[in-house]
Amino acid sequence: MSDIHISLAAEEVLRIGNLSISNSLLAGIVGSLIIFWLFYLAGRRVAVRPRGGVANLVEATSEAVLDLIDQVTHNRAKTLRFFPLLMTLFVFILVNNWLGLLPGVGSITVLGVNGEVPLLRGATADLNTTLGLAIISVVMTQIYAIAELGLFRHLRKYFSWNPILLFVGLLELVAEFSKMISFSFRLFGNIFAGEVLLVVIAYLMPLVAPLPFFGLELFVGLVQALVFTMLTLVFLEIATVDHSDDGHHEVSSARASHLMYDSVPSR
Amino acid sequence: MDPETFKVIMPGLTITLGGIFPALAIGWIGSRAMEAIGRNPEAAGKLQTILILVVAFAEAIAIYSLVVALILKFV
Repeated sequence: MSDIHISLAAEEVLRIGNLSISNSLLAGIVGSLIIFWLFYLAGRRVAVRPRGGVANLVEATSEAVLDLIDQVTHNRAKTLRFFPLLMTLFVFILVNNWLGLLPGVGSITVLGVNGEVPLLRGATADLNTTLGLAIISVVMTQIYAIAELGLFRHLRKYFSWNPILLFVGLLELVAEFSKMISFSFRLFGNIFAGEVLLVVIAYLMPLVAPLPFFGLELFVGLVQALVFTMLTLVFLEIATVDHSDDGHHEVSSARASHLMYDSVPSR
Repeated sequence: MDPETFKVIMPGLTITLGGIFPALAIGWIGSRAMEAIGRNPEAAGKLQTILILVVAFAEAIAIYSLVVALILKFV
């Protein structure tokens, strides 16, 4: 097994001053350019009946994501507000997951800072990228919640004069950070494990055996992009629903007890 | 046993123990989802999204231990 080269961290390809350019960063830039190019092509052909594969592909993807958001929010205006963030996350993660599976990614090597390293490595197979995405997701959830509810009504979820609610708020504050960790490790673990699996299988039996695993990894890439988007969506929806808002929304048991607490008349 | 043996055994043990419970959880989630779809086939579409989401949650636990095992093995 000594022939296999597996590195947990992304490796440095280039160093400009103090800025180190890793192979994952390069792949991330390539992925971003691909996304930009796809959406630029589709954007030029916006029509009621789009012609051409790319325009149809982008429209179908957008519609699928819109439907997904609609299922959770049940409110078209809200869906359109959430759409840019969620679509960006979904497309970025999906393209980068699949980019890591292309032949040449990981097998073409260049002379890097510390010896020979692969030129490209799937961007989502680097913990830095996934942690960045997780921070974007959590911070944007907070920003959306403040925009939707106002600063004070939002902060009331975390801070309260009531000792029990203060403790609950403290737990929720900790949960925000654990969300970041679980988001980043889930995506990184899945994609990195997939790459290791493919390398090991290709080493053991290079001819036909990796094929079904490539199919599996394509599926895993899609599911992980979907899971990241879905979780962000669910957290967004929970964060933008006011605690002391009765009626319209389905309230979970914790929220319901909170409502009961609030509605006790102060005598 | 000497430390070298431990270094060989531990990654395997980590992923074994970390894999058992998520496997049980995913099997259980799947079986309950089958039951629910069998009872109410029209809800299959709605259940599927939630099913994938919950399975991904359970799977994440296995992935955590996989990451730990990989760190033990390669770092």
